[in-house]
Amino acid sequence: MSAIIQLEKLTRKFGSMTAVKDVSFGVEKGSIFGFLGPNGSGKSTVIRMLCGLLEPTSGDAWLDGASVREDSERIKRNIGYMSQSFSLYRDLTVEENLAFYGRIYGLGRERLRKRVAESMEMSGIASKRKQLSGTLSGGWKQRLALACSMLHEPGIIFLDEPTAGIDPVARRDLWELLFRLSKDGVTLFVTTHYMDEAERCTHIGYIFLSELMVCGKPAELKRLPEVTPAGTVWLEATSDRITQALGLMKKAEGVLDATIFGESLHIRAAAEFGEREASLALAAGGVSLESFRVVKPSLEDVFVSLTRERLNARGAA
Amino acid sequence: MNFLTTFYAIFFKEALHIKRDPVTLVVTIAIPIFQLIVFGYAIDMEVKNIPTAVCDADKGSGSRELISALVNTGYFDIKESVASEADLRDAIVAGRARVGIHIPPGFTAGGVNGRGASFQALVDGSDSSVAMQAVNVVNSVGLMQSVGKFGKADIEKLPVDARPRVLFNPDLKSANFFVPGLVGLIMQIVTVFLTAFAVVREKENGTIETLLATPLSRGGLMLGKLLPYAFVGFFEICVVLTLMRFVFGVRVNGDVGLLLLMCFVFLFTALGLGLLISTVAKNQAQAMQMALLVMLPSVLLSGFVFPRESMPAIIYYFSFLIPLTYFIEILRGIILRGADLMSLWSQSLALAVYGAAILSVSALRFSKKLS
Repeated sequence: MSAIIQLEKLTRKFGSMTAVKDVSFGVEKGSIFGFLGPNGSGKSTVIRMLCGLLEPTSGDAWLDGASVREDSERIKRNIGYMSQSFSLYRDLTVEENLAFYGRIYGLGRERLRKRVAESMEMSGIASKRKQLSGTLSGGWKQRLALACSMLHEPGIIFLDEPTAGIDPVARRDLWELLFRLSKDGVTLFVTTHYMDEAERCTHIGYIFLSELMVCGKPAELKRLPEVTPAGTVWLEATSDRITQALGLMKKAEGVLDATIFGESLHIRAAAEFGEREASLALAAGGVSLESFRVVKPSLEDVFVSLTRERLNARGAA
Repeated sequence: MNFLTTFYAIFFKEALHIKRDPVTLVVTIAIPIFQLIVFGYAIDMEVKNIPTAVCDADKGSGSRELISALVNTGYFDIKESVASEADLRDAIVAGRARVGIHIPPGFTAGGVNGRGASFQALVDGSDSSVAMQAVNVVNSVGLMQSVGKFGKADIEKLPVDARPRVLFNPDLKSANFFVPGLVGLIMQIVTVFLTAFAVVREKENGTIETLLATPLSRGGLMLGKLLPYAFVGFFEICVVLTLMRFVFGVRVNGDVGLLLLMCFVFLFTALGLGLLISTVAKNQAQAMQMALLVMLPSVLLSGFVFPRESMPAIIYYFSFLIPLTYFIEILRGIILRGADLMSLWSQSLALAVYGAAILSVSALRFSKKLS
């Protein structure tokens, strides 16, 4: 088993509510694992169980061979955790926050000084060392939180929505940092709502209504037969009047679904639906087709399709 | 190893929190001093100069003698003289007077011819301590007047002579009674609030979640949280005891070392109480309410203001559940009566057991898991 994180039927109930149900999957060492799912689907609960903050109701998980049920204190030495909300001390400076976490992990004086300097260097926060962390902007706060979580050189870092609510530039900087950590062999377990971030992950797990739906590399997920059933294709079309085009497309024969995606239309249709059919459908409303091509489904398509399918199955049952 | 590193990290961090927020520190130290001064000076159970109205319908030598006897006690301050009994009532209802003295016609004559002289005192009972004092003084003045009539002139010696002597607080100063109790109450307020907030703040800011994902030691975390506030609390005790001695002139008759030792025992009980609150409360508002819930019985039932002996049985036994009850008995014992550990052993033992129990319960409740 090459998996550094292995979940086996991990389940957590809060009273009569099941927050996580029989979730099993593995994460390879050194990968960037993107853990996706709508709000309330159980992402944070899984992370909290893996970090030893919550006791699983049943099932178990192993981090580097140590069980979260029996060995959570040993696990805690080798993981970093960056929680969903900013959870550092606002009235302490950047440097003081780092030093505090270093001391908690029992770093000796010399190593502490060295690691604080290194993490500040790596996260680029050295220039703000004397600033109170409460006065940092969102992006800097996240960098500091990440610096705190990697101070003791853990093998695995859990990041619960690390880029929620920060600007695009800060978001990109943070991801660059994650790539660098990953290159050094650190396993990253990241939750996010951003599809572009999901595309950057080496592996992805998708959880919906407390259950894991799929798990694999992004390219594998896009090839899933459930996402592109036999006899259907994913298409991309552009038009001069996109909103009208959307309405016309949705009504066109052979079109299963259509959404606006940036400046283009994203369409799922029967395999027979070609450029000619698309052009005719739009022309009926006086709108012209500017471009038309067959595309691979995006990750968003993957998740939307899987979610719909699951909801339909539920409705039928 | 783990215990020490955690303790050191947390202790250092809490000290920084205290340093970064000097306002809170100053307020926590200033409030008790302010309380001490207000309580120490303002709470005075002695009743003097009760506003009094007089209706003298007799206007004889006997009535004049009676009135001056009443005034000479120092308890009555004649504010007005009225013409009728109805006016006396009006004065009391309007709040201009708390006591109305009505001397009917023929008071002087009755005293001389032996048929008996009577006067009436109307007392406003809305403030029970004032009313009680007034009734007592009026009765004893009446008694003295009667005795005087028997012996024709002022008599030098009564057949039965009661000589009460008040030990330890000969002047019956309220400060001596209140200030030692206040030392205990103030310590409780400061430490319970500070520790409860210190832990609840971590929950409120979400920092506890990150903290619990680290391999920290539970004992180290607790001690690291408690000790900085124990220092603040101990500093506070020293300030308050100094004020007690030099501003209110209350001497410590017993052993100062023993006093400080008992303060320390109580300090940890109060810190444990704060910690216990913080394990239950989810945010600072809840912690505040719970701390007040603890505070109220401590103020009212611990014997700080009202003597416990006169409480109804249920309340009396309930007061044994309040740690401050024991501490106040110990404080008054050492400070006022010069008691030693031997004579206070039961209270001291109870307090120590209480402290250990509260600290253990809160330690057990302090889980390393989220709920």
